[in-house]
Amino acid sequence: MNRKSCLSGNEAVAYAMKQINPDVVPAFPITPSTEIPMKFSSYVADGLVDTEFVAVESEHSAMSACIGSQAAGARTMSATSANGLALMWEMLYIASSFRLPIILCCVNRALSGPININNDHGDSMGARDAGWIQIYSENNQEAYDNLIQAVRIGEHSEVQLPVMVCQDGFITSHAVENIELLDDMTVKDFVGTYRPVNSLLGNESIAMGPYESADFYIEHKRQQAEAIINAVQVVAEIGTLYAELTGRPYGLIEKVSMDDADYALVVIGSTAGTSRAAIRILRAEGIKVGMIKIRVYRPFPEAEVAAALEGVTAAAVLDKAEGLSGTGGPLYADVCTTLHRHRNNLFTRNFVYGLGGRDVKVSDIIYVFREIARESADPGNMQRMIPYRYLGVRENTHPGEQT
Amino acid sequence: MNVNFKTLMEREERFSGGHRMCAGCGAPVAVRAIMRAVDPEDRAVVGCATGCLEVSSFTYPYSAWTDSFIHSAFENAAATISGVEAAYESLRRQGKVSGARKFITFGGDGGSYDIGLQSLSGAMERGHDMLYVCYDNGAYMNTGIQRSSGTPRYADTTTSPAGKVIPGKKQNRKDLTQIMAAHNIPYAAQTTLTANFKDLHEKAHRALGMKGAAFINVLSPCPRGWRYEAKNLMQICKLAVDTCIWPMYEVIEGDWILSYEPKNKLPVEDYLRSQGRFKHLFTSGNEGLVESIQKQVDRDWDLLLKRCKY
Repeated sequence: MNRKSCLSGNEAVAYAMKQINPDVVPAFPITPSTEIPMKFSSYVADGLVDTEFVAVESEHSAMSACIGSQAAGARTMSATSANGLALMWEMLYIASSFRLPIILCCVNRALSGPININNDHGDSMGARDAGWIQIYSENNQEAYDNLIQAVRIGEHSEVQLPVMVCQDGFITSHAVENIELLDDMTVKDFVGTYRPVNSLLGNESIAMGPYESADFYIEHKRQQAEAIINAVQVVAEIGTLYAELTGRPYGLIEKVSMDDADYALVVIGSTAGTSRAAIRILRAEGIKVGMIKIRVYRPFPEAEVAAALEGVTAAAVLDKAEGLSGTGGPLYADVCTTLHRHRNNLFTRNFVYGLGGRDVKVSDIIYVFREIARESADPGNMQRMIPYRYLGVRENTHPGEQT
Repeated sequence: MNVNFKTLMEREERFSGGHRMCAGCGAPVAVRAIMRAVDPEDRAVVGCATGCLEVSSFTYPYSAWTDSFIHSAFENAAATISGVEAAYESLRRQGKVSGARKFITFGGDGGSYDIGLQSLSGAMERGHDMLYVCYDNGAYMNTGIQRSSGTPRYADTTTSPAGKVIPGKKQNRKDLTQIMAAHNIPYAAQTTLTANFKDLHEKAHRALGMKGAAFINVLSPCPRGWRYEAKNLMQICKLAVDTCIWPMYEVIEGDWILSYEPKNKLPVEDYLRSQGRFKHLFTSGNEGLVESIQKQVDRDWDLLLKRCKY
């Protein structure tokens, strides 16, 4: 039986891990993800899971141990944030090149420097090209649900890739919300038994991690690309199966009030919740606004985003990361690529916001909608190139724009 | 233990020929000897840091390893194999794998003394049931003979070149074996290639038989970096122990035991003259450097003897 509870995002994730009962969890503490290994190690200490908990001496070693463990045929999970994820960087690429379905709970936090412990997406956005599937959660319920689905997605025979399940540091990780939990048996049955394709502990000896010359490296990478493309279909399939279990549907994106929307927001993570409130207010005024929430950012759901933006007058893309590319945030780059291939004349604006935990209010989102409505109404503005702008910043200038 | 070299050599090789290591290199000789010490009925999982050994023994699609093998990166061989060992513990407890496994990791001095020190220290402190073997050739040989913290004082390397005003590496080498012993692990030892491989075999066999973390440091000369003829490999190892530059000893559960004491302790000059990397020590203007090395070696040797309750 499903039961109602009240948990923080970190507690929800730790509880999902308990129900998944992974074979090995190597982890290292870093705010705001620390509670996950803390809570989980208490499950280990109380004998509630079969897991071997490895309290490693760094995040680099955490991901290295994850690789060794999963390569040995053990279902393996870890958790981290910000600089911890950055220290794993080298190993993230190796994990995906080994095709190991490791699960990493990423509690998003601004990346140093300056050092800051609060939320933005600078950490996981930097890892977007590491060959991992990235799933983002709007709230605690989604963090819980996404983690359980991640096991099936990563381990799927057509995928075999590591999965990063992200949630917003403090905003959801430390905020307590009502949540519906599945019973242990349901989770156990849903995730099933891990059956690795290869294992270092199997009957036959195997060797992993060769030197690959120019004769082989490019084919290896193309096969990884094929796997992550396959994940598009698999994410949808697993989302459908999970909906049958819970009544909560999960796709690559979620569309909110998009059927007749003139103005659309493209957003990731907990800001989707804030945006829902803004949409309700503007809709009450008769302004047709809607939202595309990116749940799965890698692989990027290009077809879904393109279809959702059909018929829209203008779109604002919100990036909770400063890519410092000089041309806008990472999500904006992906949306622009999508539009270039599907529909080249949509009026778009990019807003970088919420960095280092800067609060994002309903009024900020309303401002974004009003700005794109105002600007797109003037045909002259269509050609006016603003690389991108900041939302809620206490300075007047936008990058690349003279005052 | 009775070691019969002939019988041991009849064992099936676990590190097969055909790999691409240089002739006269100590590392593959050490690896063969370590792998020979795994009882034939036991299975092993081998980890390896990036370096000469890894790129030369596992170039896709060829592998020289008959046991399961994993390489992931340079600085994390110990962490990687600790994950394998944790997986084994978990799966064995759950009845999902059966049979004993030995977990062995190889890293060079760069991967062990320097970039991998943290990962090695962490794995040893956590007490994984594993053997870490450092094949110490005293520099980053794979990238072209750059100095490491395992490089001995005054050695000529490509990043501590013997020049007109600086006579090679200015610093002493780090003593990794003692650092590992200070982790209070059940077993730490230092050895090299000796005539019948008795010392290396016995230490490897003892280390593999112990529960918990074990460390062996094997001096493994490099003909390219040290500049000697391939045929002189064993002679150089012998000089290293007979000059007490590389003493052979072990630390078992905190007990320091000397494995070999030369009847006739040779001057360090004999060792230094055998290698091109020390050639500049015997040119005019560098007088006194050999003497300073001798003083250091004598001091270290006396300290070791005291530790070994002499």
